[in-house]
Amino acid sequence: MIKKIPRKPAVDGDAAVKEALRRIDQPTRRLFLQRSLTLGGLSLLTGCGIVDDESVERVLMKVSRFNDKVQAWIFDPDQLAPTYPESMITRPFRFNAYYGEDEIRPVNGDTYRLEVSGLVADKHAWSLAELRAMPQTEQITRLICVEGWSAIGKWGGVTFSTFLKRIGADTTAKYVGFKCSDDYYTSIDMPTALHPQTQLTLSFDGETLPPRYGFPMKLRMPTKLGYKNPKHIAALFVTNDNPGGYWEDQGYNWFGGS
Amino acid sequence: MTNNPAPIHPAWLRITHWINVIAVVILVMSGWRIYNASPFFDFKIPAGITLGGWLGGAIQWHFAAMWLLAANGLVYLLLNTVTGRLRHKFFPISPRAIVADLLAALRGKLSHADPRQYNAVQRAAYLFVILDALLLILSGLTLWKPVQFPLLHDLMGGYESARRVHFFAMAALVGFVIVHLAMVALVPRTLLTMIRGK
Ligand code: HEM
Repeated sequence: MIKKIPRKPAVDGDAAVKEALRRIDQPTRRLFLQRSLTLGGLSLLTGCGIVDDESVERVLMKVSRFNDKVQAWIFDPDQLAPTYPESMITRPFRFNAYYGEDEIRPVNGDTYRLEVSGLVADKHAWSLAELRAMPQTEQITRLICVEGWSAIGKWGGVTFSTFLKRIGADTTAKYVGFKCSDDYYTSIDMPTALHPQTQLTLSFDGETLPPRYGFPMKLRMPTKLGYKNPKHIAALFVTNDNPGGYWEDQGYNWFGGS
Repeated sequence: MTNNPAPIHPAWLRITHWINVIAVVILVMSGWRIYNASPFFDFKIPAGITLGGWLGGAIQWHFAAMWLLAANGLVYLLLNTVTGRLRHKFFPISPRAIVADLLAALRGKLSHADPRQYNAVQRAAYLFVILDALLLILSGLTLWKPVQFPLLHDLMGGYESARRVHFFAMAALVGFVIVHLAMVALVPRTLLTMIRGK
């Protein structure tokens, strides 16, 4: 779950700016965000006239790619995220997306099919009934948002590595990409996809996953920040070309690991 | 030609000090922007004195400058230790000496006759900020990798507690800098030695 919206997008403007940002198309918005990315840095550094906006941006992006590599190296595939007792579950659990709660797009569970493509042997589309028939697991873990807050929740579903094996995924490939019915998209590294706590989530707090937390299905990873956990997944694919992500393409770190 | 006495502050110290200033300014200002995304106190930091423009930009600055702080700090500590400078500049130090020098300073009677020697208050302040920077790095590491570093995670009292530790360590650092700058303003000669070495 949880795709973040910086509480004040791009610049500290008023609600009108926020609304306008939401409405303009993606590439424009991206440019706008990148423009303002280093506004503060500009005034700090160009005062000495040594750097310009774009070169600063390029360096910061390079460091972010370097940080991807460092995180992949630090990542221990056997290291489990802490789990918590039921009594510590955060209730009510916060809603978070790049849009407001009143803009959630409904998905019909009866006609829903999860599309699978890319480097996999079995590309048939999965119904919810088929997914629910697979062995289910549950976890009570902490979701950490890039904004800094965190919340403990209980998620249930299919261990993702089990699913990947079932569809004959090439687990030597580098990435798994996700496309969501709310036009969100993101991607993860294969080692995290195979982590024992990475879960194709069908339930929340013992109930069918509600729309606000990603109906009909989300990917839950306690080893990654919230924006890496896609909700309303419509399609997934295994690939060797980094598919990027909605926030990642605007500047959030791609690996986003915890 | 007169012979050249050893500088009061060796070049490596001056370089690491000024690199550290750059890293700290970037980290503190971008850190304030990150805090603003989800404040746990009743206040936000005025956007005008933060760095990064938006959360994603602030994080990019923060996670770039952290390498500068850590690498530079490592060089500083390493050179300070192997040259024996750390021991002879900052020790001995005792609570009694700190109090005595503090009182003398307040009465305006602290001698600055020998710029090669730090007084007890300076020693304490510098040692404090070195330890505080270490705490900032460790709590920061906990926030970045709470799953991968379970020992740190537990030591900091968990993720949410680490956020507070990180924040208060930042506040302590800012407090140090304010006092530090006031002291430099009172004895401007020290600024010259930190730039030119003598
Ligand atoms: C523009 C900001 C700053 C200025 C003008 C400044 C100036 C100075 C000066 C003049 C000294 C030498 C004092 C003396 O010889 O008696 C000094 C030492 C020191 N400063 Fe700063 N400083 C600044 C920022 C900082 C920051 C941000 C930190 C750390 C967070 C820091 C940590 C230290 C330490 C640890 C020493 C002692 C270094 C050693 O001898 O090993 N300073 N500073």
